[in-house]
Amino acid sequence: MVSNTLGGRRGALWLRKIASTLGTVAVTFLGLLIVTFLIGRVVPVDPVLSVVGDRATQAQYDAAYQALGLDRPLVEQFWIWLQKVFQGDFGTSNLTTRPIAQDIARVFPATLELATVSIVIGTAFGIPMGVWAAVRQGKLVDQVVRVVGLVGYSAPVFWLGLMGLLLFYFKLDLISGPGRVDISYEYDFTPRTGLFLLDTAMQGAWGAFGNVFSHIILPASLLGYLSLAYISRMTRSFMLNELAQEYITTARVKGVPEWRIIWVQALRNAAVPLVTVVALSYANLLEGSVLTETVFAWPGLGQYLTNSLQNADMNAVLGGTLVIGAIFVGLNMFSDLLYTLLDARTRNRT
Amino acid sequence: MIHSRFLASVALSALMLGATPAISLAETPPDTLIQAWSIDDIISLDPAEIFEFTASEIAGNSYETLIGYDPQNVSDIFGKAAESWTVSEDGMTLSFKMKEGRTFASGNPITAEDAVFSLVRAVKLDKSPAFIIGQLGITPDNADAMIVQTGPMSFDFKMDKPYAPTLVLYCLTATVASVVDKKLAMEHEANGDFGYDWLKTNYAGSGPFMIKDWRPNEAVILERNPNYSGDATPMARVIYRHIPETSTQRLLLEKGDIDIARNLTAEDISALQGNADVKIESGVKGSLYYLGLNQKNEFLSKPEVRQAMKYLVDYDTIAGTIMAGKVKVHQGFLPEGFLGAYNENPFSLDVAKAKELLAAAGVPEGFKVTMDTRNTPEITAMAQAMQQTMAQAGIELELIPGDGKQTLTKYRARNHDIYIGRWGPDFQDPHTNASTFAYNPNNADDATSKPLAWRNAWDIPELSAATDAAMVEPDAAKRAEMYIADQKTVMETGPFVIYAQEIEVMGERKNIEGVIVGPSFNDNSFAHVTK
Repeated sequence: MVSNTLGGRRGALWLRKIASTLGTVAVTFLGLLIVTFLIGRVVPVDPVLSVVGDRATQAQYDAAYQALGLDRPLVEQFWIWLQKVFQGDFGTSNLTTRPIAQDIARVFPATLELATVSIVIGTAFGIPMGVWAAVRQGKLVDQVVRVVGLVGYSAPVFWLGLMGLLLFYFKLDLISGPGRVDISYEYDFTPRTGLFLLDTAMQGAWGAFGNVFSHIILPASLLGYLSLAYISRMTRSFMLNELAQEYITTARVKGVPEWRIIWVQALRNAAVPLVTVVALSYANLLEGSVLTETVFAWPGLGQYLTNSLQNADMNAVLGGTLVIGAIFVGLNMFSDLLYTLLDARTRNRT
Repeated sequence: MIHSRFLASVALSALMLGATPAISLAETPPDTLIQAWSIDDIISLDPAEIFEFTASEIAGNSYETLIGYDPQNVSDIFGKAAESWTVSEDGMTLSFKMKEGRTFASGNPITAEDAVFSLVRAVKLDKSPAFIIGQLGITPDNADAMIVQTGPMSFDFKMDKPYAPTLVLYCLTATVASVVDKKLAMEHEANGDFGYDWLKTNYAGSGPFMIKDWRPNEAVILERNPNYSGDATPMARVIYRHIPETSTQRLLLEKGDIDIARNLTAEDISALQGNADVKIESGVKGSLYYLGLNQKNEFLSKPEVRQAMKYLVDYDTIAGTIMAGKVKVHQGFLPEGFLGAYNENPFSLDVAKAKELLAAAGVPEGFKVTMDTRNTPEITAMAQAMQQTMAQAGIELELIPGDGKQTLTKYRARNHDIYIGRWGPDFQDPHTNASTFAYNPNNADDATSKPLAWRNAWDIPELSAATDAAMVEPDAAKRAEMYIADQKTVMETGPFVIYAQEIEVMGERKNIEGVIVGPSFNDNSFAHVTK
């Protein structure tokens, strides 16, 4: 009886939590869409121009203006768009003349793949570097890690990309050039998921896998480096905080090996805030990096959204915004979940 | 080679420690031509809608028009899908006979029914380029009565006035007059759209190549048309890769991963001069670079100020140094190569003369004015050069940078002071430019016709009448004289500082032969390319 009541209360708490999360997500999305929609309408670019071009007659212009629904009040335009979205219709892009969902399904996997490889590189190198710098605070290693981080923060990604291509592709011939895959391998596999590394591996097209890998490694290393700069700095800071705690002193007094104190006890506690740092870095990468995508001719979300925005292609911009919003919300929820798993205190709070 | 690259890449991923350079020479497949081009302006593959440079070139290589001309000598007009034509005595009807035995890529025969369908379809769909046919008096309402099939391989093309024959023929060389496979298009018709929704992303033509695939912002793939009625193309495939960054294009070209780079800057071109594996191919295009001076501005509306502005541009430095081979000096509104083009360039940088003119206009100390400037490196560099030379006469030119669509939006609304622009002709006849630089039948803000003269608020009833008259002049020599007179008037009094004509430059691997760089983008041909 008692346990039933407790179980019921816990269930109600969970339900309330889910309802509150869903409510927050809905409000966030609505706010995001309203702001994006308004920004799109105040940008001093005529969206009709992308549809009819510069030479259209007034009659053609007027017809396109009406077809785009621009003759209606802003609120009505937004309401019509929202209704269609609820029916699963995100509209058609003025630029590519295809449904937005189809466009995003084409460009997003390119960004997802690049971002995932980048965050793996950024995390795999960033966390150990941050830990190392914290342990050797003030020493040479610490200075080196900080300088590496500073360069990652301040060097223009466009320039780094071109220099990387010049050195590793052009001069040293270590990697393949811009693009996702060479034309000679393009037909060796079917892009089912759009994640070429996964597609080639699943289909056993190892020659193509190697080629895709040699294309992605430089832009991913570059973006990974930028994430690394942030992750290593934050890791260092969290670790310094942990290493100054009393439980570390107690562990040392007890004779726990130093490696265990650093890599198990301190890092496990530092990992809790680090989850948010990594999740945010990943979310930033998933928005698409327009400059990296431009230099490396990477047909991803960043290029797609920038091009759409420059042409006031609002269906595409709003569709892309929804995806980015979903990424942020999804990753936030995921990091919340990880928090619960990593930190017993948050688990008990529910 | 691939294995070694893969290993090298793995090594690179370990922060480039200990990697040994793997020597390899990249090259493109022997039967495939790979080009790098910024192709994000493509919005449709339907010839009734295509108006962008990139899509025009793709249509030129994959569709056939009724009539064509020799890109080296545009006055040499000949039939492509049409065998021959005759002009009626009243000059208001052209009777066409189609070539026998030709087929579309689908295998369907090309007949007069297809030609009539294509022209009527273009007029009725009424997309941007429809006016090219529409200006001959053909409207969506009368199209069925004006373009009429008279036999299996013959049809009549009627007009509302006896337009100059060259005008009519050149209009029919434009992309909008491409012959579309009626049977195939109508198989995909929905809601009476003549197959438009389908053809925007598909193909129904008869040119040397077929459009196999268009992946927006990524690639366009053309494949050899096995049913082409002419000689089979040496290349099995032509691939356009979307590479927006010019430095990346240059790296790919030098490395041999592409065959042709299409958007090289003047800086890239001069850097490539020393590379023995690369050659530069160029051809004069019809596009003109100009400044539009808004007559709503109190200073720019003074005739002497307009004249002074034409002496404050350093034409030679722009053509020779800033654009380094990508333009030539040209000041008339008809590009060199057009019927009636006036190729004299009377203006040069002359600050003293400009100061005299400004004094005569009552503004000896100069004035302040803004210029909406598209934020591309080349337009910005030219604008900055003008800013410097104008400052020498006291004109303070403030540059307002903006994205292309942004500056154009402002220009079309006549909200600019000065606009630095580029204008490409829509077809090969002089009327195309005369009807925009020297034509403004109604200067009111709510006018329905908005040519460049309207955008710059230049009220010219007499010149507009002269342009109308030239449009119907049957004698080509007399017509040419009329256009020369128009150009002189625009040079002397007009609000346009026309300063250069475009030269298209392609960087090619040295083994590439047979590229044709024509005066307009739909003349660029890759049908004879070998490597």
